Amino acid sequence: MNFTPAGYSLLPVVPEIVLAVGAMLLLMLGAYRGQRVTSLVVALAVCLLILTGALELWLLPAGKLVTFGGSFVVDSYARFLKVLALVGSATTLLLSLEFLGDQSRRIFEYAVLILISTTGMMVLISAGDLIMLYLGLELMSLALYVVAASNRDNVKSTEAGLKYFVLGALSSGMLLYGMSLIYGFTGTVGFAGIAAAAKSGSIGVAFGIVFLLAGLCFKVSAVPFHMWTPDVYEGAPTPVTAFFASAPKVAAMAVFVRVALTAFPNIVHEWQQIVVFVSIASMALGSFAAIGQRNIKRLMAYSSIGHMGFALVGLAAGTAEGVQGVVLYLAIYVAMTLGSFAVILTMKRNGQPTEQVSDFAGLSRTNPVLAFFFAMLLFSLAGVPPLAGFFAKFYVFTAAIKAGLFTLSVIGVLTSVVGAFYYLNIVKVMYFDEPAGAVDPMRVELRTVLAVAGIFNLLFVAYPGPLVSAATAAAKSLF
Amino acid sequence: MTWPILSVITALPTVGALLVFLMARGGEEAAARNARWIALWTTVIVFAISLLLIARFDPSQAGFQFVEEGRWLASTIGYKMGVDGISLPFVILTTALMPFCIVASWKSVAKRVPAYMMAFLVLESLMIGTFSALDLVLFYVFFEGGLIPMFLIIGVWGGPRRVYASFKFFLYTLLGSVLMLLAIMALYWNAGTTDIPTLMTTAVPRSLQTWAWLAFFASFAVKMPMWPVHTWLPDAHVEAPTAGSVILAAILLKMGGYGFLRFSLPMFPLASHDFAPLVYTLSVVAIIYTSLVALVQEDMKKLIAYSSVAHMGFVTMGIFAGTMQGVAGGVFQMISHGIVSGALFLCVGVVYDRMHTREIAAYGGLVNRMPLYALAFMVFTMANVGLPGTSGFVGEFLSLIGTFKVSLPTAFFATFGVILSAAYALWLYRKIVFGALVKPSLATIKDLTFREVLTLAPLLILTILFGVYPKPVLDMSAASVQQLVTNYSHAITAVKAAALMH
Repeated sequence: MNFTPAGYSLLPVVPEIVLAVGAMLLLMLGAYRGQRVTSLVVALAVCLLILTGALELWLLPAGKLVTFGGSFVVDSYARFLKVLALVGSATTLLLSLEFLGDQSRRIFEYAVLILISTTGMMVLISAGDLIMLYLGLELMSLALYVVAASNRDNVKSTEAGLKYFVLGALSSGMLLYGMSLIYGFTGTVGFAGIAAAAKSGSIGVAFGIVFLLAGLCFKVSAVPFHMWTPDVYEGAPTPVTAFFASAPKVAAMAVFVRVALTAFPNIVHEWQQIVVFVSIASMALGSFAAIGQRNIKRLMAYSSIGHMGFALVGLAAGTAEGVQGVVLYLAIYVAMTLGSFAVILTMKRNGQPTEQVSDFAGLSRTNPVLAFFFAMLLFSLAGVPPLAGFFAKFYVFTAAIKAGLFTLSVIGVLTSVVGAFYYLNIVKVMYFDEPAGAVDPMRVELRTVLAVAGIFNLLFVAYPGPLVSAATAAAKSLF
Repeated sequence: MTWPILSVITALPTVGALLVFLMARGGEEAAARNARWIALWTTVIVFAISLLLIARFDPSQAGFQFVEEGRWLASTIGYKMGVDGISLPFVILTTALMPFCIVASWKSVAKRVPAYMMAFLVLESLMIGTFSALDLVLFYVFFEGGLIPMFLIIGVWGGPRRVYASFKFFLYTLLGSVLMLLAIMALYWNAGTTDIPTLMTTAVPRSLQTWAWLAFFASFAVKMPMWPVHTWLPDAHVEAPTAGSVILAAILLKMGGYGFLRFSLPMFPLASHDFAPLVYTLSVVAIIYTSLVALVQEDMKKLIAYSSVAHMGFVTMGIFAGTMQGVAGGVFQMISHGIVSGALFLCVGVVYDRMHTREIAAYGGLVNRMPLYALAFMVFTMANVGLPGTSGFVGEFLSLIGTFKVSLPTAFFATFGVILSAAYALWLYRKIVFGALVKPSLATIKDLTFREVLTLAPLLILTILFGVYPKPVLDMSAASVQQLVTNYSHAITAVKAAALMH
């Protein structure tokens, strides 16, 4: 396939090309056949995502591939996180089937937008320079803004879309400003070039880093750039919220780590303190602010803020162990989140979705299996062993301890105890309170997602080997 | 040994829980019956297998036996199981008490029986795992994992203030433990492994010893529980169902003491030596203060809960004395307390099932209608007091002797606890059992049923047997305790000698 000049091979981007072309074909299909092919478009979109994942894993030769003059990198790190983002997107599409089945909301564009957004994520994860980073980020985000407002007739949904767009534009502005500063002071946009040029003590570069990280913090919804998260999570249709909480977080965190460690490996201490602060602030806010929430989607928003804080603990370490921790954290986080959203989507009584925590009352008696899996996911989110969520926290904090970040670690584990309180509260509502009536039967695709996520969550402790070694390989490829 | 006996007894209860899940079907009655029988058979079989451990255990060896190893998280964080003379008694205590808990819950737990039995079986797996794990991370996973089933047991099947009690239990214990987790990580980077036998022989730098000791102490002191972090225990005990209280008092509390023996003393001997006065002080305060608090309780379970805190004070005092008698006494006291306090909670459960109140004032003169109950309750009360001839005496006496050699004031004040425990325990017994039976509600109360005799009789026999013949338990742990004490005193004298040289 090497029909282009050396250094500009198209082979590493074949999965992205397939995904993008496929998305456009599906757009054509929908445009010509109308809304009645929505389910077909969704089904084909899922197949397309699976195909892309397969290409990523088995078509591309092993090892590190670089193209477009270094701006596009495919290594173990990129592969791991791309597959994770693809899994997140594909699962979201499954979770959306019911939402799209509604007569008034048969919008096939939804699936196409998710595909385009996923293409953006893949570009983002592989970004090797600032330009590619920006392209991927905008491609991902623009599609997300539209998806957030996809429930067109709902005020909250459109408000969520608008809010997300305005604040997203602001963050893009900061990102661009940071990039231009970095370019101005290092004379290059490539990560490798920046790494070589960025010297300690350069005020310009430090400013650039601050703005760059601020823009990225917005995308991973880390404190103090988290304000949009609860409103958007609550306002957007629930499947969209599930999407926001999974794949885009993976992609944004992936590029966060890559930029920090490949573009600024020689001035670690300059960004480390920022990451430490952001991490502590996110963990603390995620834990404390979630306590007062009565709406489960808002609660999940604060929970995701807290989890991004925990993932950043791994980055703060700035070592291979830390990256391994972040990568594992993301994988386990995606499984826990998607499983939880499968439960939240099931919570309907007489066809009406219910979103209050109190609506879960007595679920353990009306739907024991559902309640059991959800309780296990909540304990896992709280980081209680022997569930998967514990190991996610274990790896990031192990790395932080090795790097000597004791204050960060102590504050982190203490906030995890605070966080445990609100997860326990949901378990309490499900197990200790009197039933509030049975919920509607669970749809088969939700059942599948919950079963897979739940079993992964329960059995990770018994067979952690493959995922851990994949994460180790991914982390090594950045160093 | 050809098959992984420890893994089998750890995994079997979970398999039993799965069986309950799969087979407890049909109507509510049928499901409850199936669940009870499956749970009972599972625990009995596990107990029978654990007896093989005693048969094959070589008490003359101080090291770990029945060791199993496998790959787990990384090459340095493995799956490793094994027992020595210190952990084996706790494994047996766990497997032996579980059938009693199931039988005690036979009638008293009526709602959501399959779920109840599943929670207990999973809890048994986690407890056995805690005592037989030979890898720090594996230990932590089992140690913390036990919170989930216990939280549900207290919260779903507990009394009126169950929500408060379950949250307090969970968050208190979790708060203590997360700091230990960080210390585990620090030890991991210090030694490059989380293998417990290796860590026991790895020198830990002095400053790390101090911090790690404090972090482990945070976890185990809450679990034990030591004064002043004991306040979750009375709440949890009062609200938990009878069998939950039994497990809590008999086994979960022992994880704290076991932790001190397994980690604090061998891995951080210098820090243990430095902090011993702190532990002595807290222990003495616990012994005297909580005994006084027990004197004014109006709730039977609360009184026994406070007496547990006082008895655990003897254990911590004995362990940190670091002498042969102190440590052996601590181990023996924990086993004895496991049997006695478990039995006392069962005794409370007996009258609670009949009258549905635990208020001491609601009872009186039970001896007139319940002679068998009065007898059983008396023996356990005497054991709780530490009367010679019961198992309670041996442990208290040994830990006092052990402490006497090291710190006279501690032993002096702790001895007051023996007097105080006689005061509250006899007062409780007099209020409930003696006197005229004047309360009309008690006029028709029935004596022990066959099922209740079946649960109390073996514990009664063990209490007296270990009281007059403590050799089986002491012999089982002797070699391991000896080694622990020798290593501990070597480490201390080495440092003292080095200090003298300078």
